[in-house]
Amino acid sequence: MDRTRDLTMPGLIVGLGFCAIAGITFLPDWLVNILTISFARALAVVGLMVLWRTGLVSFGHALYYGLGAYTVAILAKEFGITEFFISVPIAILVSATLGFLLGFIIRRYREIFFAMLSLAFSMVLYGVLVKTEVLGSTDGFNVPSPSFLGMRSEDEVVNDKILYVVLCFVGMGVALAVHRYLKSTLGSLTTAIRDNEIRVEYLGFSVAWAIHVKYVMSAALAGLGGAMLSLTLGQVDPDSMVNWPVSGELVFVTILSGPGSVAAPFIGSVIFELIRTYAFEWLPHAWQLIVGGTLLLIIFFLPDGVWSLVRKLAPRKEA
Amino acid sequence: MNPAVGLNLQGPIAGGGTGRAMDLFITIVIDGLEFSSYLFIVSVGLTLIFGVMKILNVAHGNFYAWGAYSAAYLIGVWSESGFSDISTFAMIPVATIGVGVVLGVILERTLLRHMYHRDEVVIVLATFATFLILEDILLLTFGVDPYFAYQPMVALDAVEIGGIIRDVYKLTMIGLAIGIGVVLWFVLTQTKWGRLLTAVIYDREMATTMGVDVSMVYLVTFVIGAMLGALGGAYIAPTVSVAPGFGIDVIVLSFAVVVIGGMGSIPGAVIGALAVGMARATAVHQFPEVELFVVFVVMAVVLVFRPEGLFAPAKARKI
Amino acid sequence: MAILEAKGLGKSFGAVVAAKDINVTVAPHEIIGIIGANGAGKTTFVNMVTGYLKPSEGRILFEGDDITDLEPRTITRLGICRSFQVAQVFMTMTVFQNLLVAIGIAEGTGAASFARLVRNDTEEKVWEVLQRFQIDNYAHAVASTLPQGVRKLLDIAMAMVASPRILLLDEPTSGISVEEKFDLMDIVMDVLKREQVTVLFVEHDMEIVARYVSRVLAFYQGEIICDAPPDEALVDPKVKEFVIGEEYHRRDAGAADEVVAGEASHA
Repeated sequence: MDRTRDLTMPGLIVGLGFCAIAGITFLPDWLVNILTISFARALAVVGLMVLWRTGLVSFGHALYYGLGAYTVAILAKEFGITEFFISVPIAILVSATLGFLLGFIIRRYREIFFAMLSLAFSMVLYGVLVKTEVLGSTDGFNVPSPSFLGMRSEDEVVNDKILYVVLCFVGMGVALAVHRYLKSTLGSLTTAIRDNEIRVEYLGFSVAWAIHVKYVMSAALAGLGGAMLSLTLGQVDPDSMVNWPVSGELVFVTILSGPGSVAAPFIGSVIFELIRTYAFEWLPHAWQLIVGGTLLLIIFFLPDGVWSLVRKLAPRKEA
Repeated sequence: MNPAVGLNLQGPIAGGGTGRAMDLFITIVIDGLEFSSYLFIVSVGLTLIFGVMKILNVAHGNFYAWGAYSAAYLIGVWSESGFSDISTFAMIPVATIGVGVVLGVILERTLLRHMYHRDEVVIVLATFATFLILEDILLLTFGVDPYFAYQPMVALDAVEIGGIIRDVYKLTMIGLAIGIGVVLWFVLTQTKWGRLLTAVIYDREMATTMGVDVSMVYLVTFVIGAMLGALGGAYIAPTVSVAPGFGIDVIVLSFAVVVIGGMGSIPGAVIGALAVGMARATAVHQFPEVELFVVFVVMAVVLVFRPEGLFAPAKARKI
Repeated sequence: MAILEAKGLGKSFGAVVAAKDINVTVAPHEIIGIIGANGAGKTTFVNMVTGYLKPSEGRILFEGDDITDLEPRTITRLGICRSFQVAQVFMTMTVFQNLLVAIGIAEGTGAASFARLVRNDTEEKVWEVLQRFQIDNYAHAVASTLPQGVRKLLDIAMAMVASPRILLLDEPTSGISVEEKFDLMDIVMDVLKREQVTVLFVEHDMEIVARYVSRVLAFYQGEIICDAPPDEALVDPKVKEFVIGEEYHRRDAGAADEVVAGEASHA
């Protein structure tokens, strides 16, 4: 049993709080932009991490990611709703609802079949969006920057900063909530289910229900992440939000981060974003090579992700 | 570049009358057969590799793309050297074998060999990483400009069937697919080597204890699978412009074919290819809005009712 | 009232008859040994009682209630638990964590499963269980590193966490060396007797059976061929022919003789 004082909570609060303050004060705009995108993605990855701990990998979470993104976008475009605290919760609700419905089906699958079915579901949405003229098909459309409790600045840079700070706090809240969840009975049933489903059933718990709950959670988180991303980028389109390489990217960051802690996805996501941005800038025809190579290196040499390095730097003492 | 476009699946035909209806029916059937044949050729290698080695190889898309680029390039060079259009056909097997052997051997010996003991899903991730790497190497090798290598298609004339002018070249693909199916069936059921392969598919451990050199079987299977994937790309190359992004859509379509038919089953690949091909052809003509995602709906439906696919090899019970 | 009843239980897999016309009535607090050659139907019986397999025919009653069609997890919650021939534990977790999960599940269903896993006296409860099964010095060992015997004790301990009224043990001493079998069973039986649990256990070692049970059920080819106290059952001619084998020596207390507990020459 882990007898050390659990530093995750204070660590997250301090870490993300620092990021928020630094973003407003001294960080350059380009870095704030990178952090915003990274943290948005990290929200989705937290959900995938919970599934991964349960032994399940989804190759189709771009479904909820994109759904969250498009929900916010459509609310703005068709209904004129740009208030953050209305459109984002709706996006979460929509994603969670779809996750709830699909969850009944997908919770019976494991391993490669879980992955393939989730891929199929996401590609259905992709196909629908590409064919929908009203939503701009492959070009997508723009998303106006949001207002926060009715307030919006004239200066786009200020709006970006506000979004960033809000995202930091949302991230903090999500991470703390998931961290607490992992300490509950249901939360412990991640590793337990992965290790021995039959045993869990024979101890008296419904594995299908446990997986269903986790799936809905991950759908909601992906929806939240996607919503944040669309607001950050200011636009949505199927290829950057729903197509299968997006799901692949989310899985990649999950593996890169490692399953060790809710803080891991934030770190892993930033690293990925930095790699991707700079690889693309310096070697525009080889950035995929670098990303792919990094994934292979992680799989072979750091199977527990970047977080396992962090763990090594700060060794925990057993009581 | 979506090869379905390259296949010029004819758009909806206007007009009424039984003559027209018959024409429409014939058109859909032939479109479907053309598309199914193409899918079968591309996917049978994927399912063969999965059946024997239990690896779902995302990099299969690379064999396809490299096959297409190599064929297009070689045809261009050959044609410019003054040879006749019909003789450019010879470049297709050259590209197929070259790509299949070189890429197949490299991938199997350097990467896959070290991964056989690992989780199926992790292997998929590794092949996804490989896909990214090989995509970029492809770009670096062949550049970003599209290749047009229409000579083989021009060499064979066109005929009118069902009121539509069709390229004979594309019709030959149906013959090619049937030929490959027959050869595979023959080799797998009637030859010693084929039965060895079937033994490994059903029980790797047992085959090893009976003295089968599983390592060699894996290598040969992988190369054959790679060649089949390359052939799919090489053969379709003359009908489209081969440009960056060539393999991306095909990968998920192959997954759909393989999953629907049952992973590891070659008769399954036939059925899966027919299912996907016919569904797509019908959609293109009758319900264009669903054209892109109808395939994945079929995939999802099959997975829900027959999680192992339609023809999966039987598996032993767990407890 | 009988705590467990099997009425006309049968199970077929296509043409293969794994169990046929099984009728058993178990009184509370009985300790029953289930013997028989491999494939005789013992594990099929256990799997049916615990809900893992649905019988092709017949009913199972627990304290008068029909539990035939229920899922394993429901049957567990009603009060029937089991351990496994190959110990089913959470391999990547420590012994302590394994029991935490078991206790967490026992105490948390539905909304309660969102409550903290470790609260108030949970850790004391774990230590208590560990001590009673005498595996407390393995508390922080990862389950995959455990010796076979300790893993089996963990498996049984996890099954006991929910304070079941009936416990089915599937070959609790299989894979354990001859010297350690009795130690293991002594620990287990001590706990079970104190908890007043009704016990059915599948066992191949006749010495173990003779020592601990008050009643023997002998299986052969899917049917029960003998249902009697051990001193009768172990000399019953049918049992001798189809289960034990003709030659079989008892181990005297303290003597170092090898126990020759034979299996049937009939498979």
